[in-house]
Amino acid sequence: MSEQGLLEARDLVKHYGSVEALRGVSFEARAGEVTALIGDNGAGKSTLVKCLSGAEQPDSGSILLDGRPVTLESPTAARGLGIETVYQDLAVAPELDPAANLFLGREIHRKGLLGKLGMLDKAEMRRRAVAEFARLGVTLQNTDVPIGSLSGGQRQSVAVARSVVWASKVVFMDEPTAALGVVQRERVLDVIRRVRDEGIAVVLISHNMPEVLSVADRVEVLRLGERVASFTTTDTTLEDLVGAMTGALTKEDAS
Amino acid sequence: MVTTREKSGVAGRPVGAVVKGRLQQLLAFASLIVIFAFFSVASPFFFTYGNFTAILFSTVVIGTLAIGTTFVIITGGIDLSIGTGMALCAVMSGVFIVNLDLPLAVGLVATVLFGGLMGLVNGINIALLKIPPFIATLAMMLVAEGLALVVSGSAPIYFSEEPAYTKISTGNLIPGVDFPNAVIVLIVVAVIAGVLLTKTVLGRYTYSIGSNEEATALSGIDVRKWKIAVYAFAGLFIGLAGIMISARLGSAQPATGMGYELQAIAAVVIGGTSLSGGKGSIVGTLIGALIISTLNNGLQIMSIPQEWQNVILGCVILVAVYTDILRKKEA
Repeated sequence: MSEQGLLEARDLVKHYGSVEALRGVSFEARAGEVTALIGDNGAGKSTLVKCLSGAEQPDSGSILLDGRPVTLESPTAARGLGIETVYQDLAVAPELDPAANLFLGREIHRKGLLGKLGMLDKAEMRRRAVAEFARLGVTLQNTDVPIGSLSGGQRQSVAVARSVVWASKVVFMDEPTAALGVVQRERVLDVIRRVRDEGIAVVLISHNMPEVLSVADRVEVLRLGERVASFTTTDTTLEDLVGAMTGALTKEDAS
Repeated sequence: MVTTREKSGVAGRPVGAVVKGRLQQLLAFASLIVIFAFFSVASPFFFTYGNFTAILFSTVVIGTLAIGTTFVIITGGIDLSIGTGMALCAVMSGVFIVNLDLPLAVGLVATVLFGGLMGLVNGINIALLKIPPFIATLAMMLVAEGLALVVSGSAPIYFSEEPAYTKISTGNLIPGVDFPNAVIVLIVVAVIAGVLLTKTVLGRYTYSIGSNEEATALSGIDVRKWKIAVYAFAGLFIGLAGIMISARLGSAQPATGMGYELQAIAAVVIGGTSLSGGKGSIVGTLIGALIISTLNNGLQIMSIPQEWQNVILGCVILVAVYTDILRKKEA
């Protein structure tokens, strides 16, 4: 675990009209760690993630990747820097099969002239998809059917795999286990742990405190658009987290 | 560990899912067989080689329009301008080849590209100006209808001096065999469209935009660019259909396009392409177009008046769309 943040946000401010969603929030995600981002509804979690994944631009403040300031003007730009996002609910195209979803926007073309004309190398994509799913521990009954016909857990596993396969630095996950059953949830959490072990910084947004304590290495707490506390999970209890979220407790320097 | 169990023990799910995905296509094909069987029994004039080629021949124009429209509908869009657009393209073909006396090949290419230009305008209106496809192409439908009359001076343009032009449709490429060229043209473009839809980036994004536009955009795909590409591509088929219909008639009729768009859209839907996008195939569309032309042909042979043919076709469309809805409920 490196002590320096891989991705850092400093004093980010974001307004939507007269609403101040972020009021000078700072945040850091470290390589090989799962950082949970928690906070009550309206605390600014989603806005912060949008700013750090290129979906929105902060009004002021700076974002550093590997200690260097970066501008993330679009999700594509963020992806180009190795930052991926698993979006809640809208991550996949249900009519396409798992391999097609995994490679959506990054299709492998055939070699030669046909490839230049847009011909896809489906066999290669399928082969690599099967290998990647195996590496991440995603089990699928069948890789040839539309993803919409898979179970919710499998679909979500593919959505998670889709982002982490391409992430070389940071993965944001917005409620990746919401609406999943117990077994399916464990499966997705396993994928998250594997990704972390590969040295990628995982940022997990979750409302599920036991889940946060079981999978996260550090927890950053937002309240009303500001970071109000940071914890390492080893010496933190559920009460600490809830206290920080509701404002009963402030502990900026626990890590 | 990935387990790819083809024959799963869990209620045979993968096999079932595959069948379900093809259900509409299989249904359409079964309907075609039933319709064929029915007319064969009902009329002694139906089941003949001459009549089969007649059915195929009459499938060409609707089939060509429907193939292009399949792409548009898979993206979740619609194109109402294909009928009158086709009439405008037929007129433009007359302008290029008869009035301007361009070489035949140049005139043909120019006509197809003109169709593509109409599609491009549709695509820009829809993707950049965010006009809903229904409205944007409805407007284009009117524009094309009017322009066809304006450009032609409301009079047909005859290709009498261009015997090679009508050969495109009615000639026989294979000497001595009565198999019209128009059908060969349809088969060739269907194969090309099928390959593009299933094996290329254009096809992949056509499906993904219709399946989940937001996810497609978040995957870094320029949805606007690809939507424009799809409408422009579909426009090429409007141009081709304009050539096929005017070659068949030996003249460009400026007022004949209206109504073709609904038949073509019906063919696409009957063939299992979902109006809500994400799903569809060229094979299905061809089956759908065949069902429509077989119905028209058989009912004509049985001397059923045109009015009743429309009633029956309308009912077929209702059934096709309703099965699509039923399928979605199950999923």
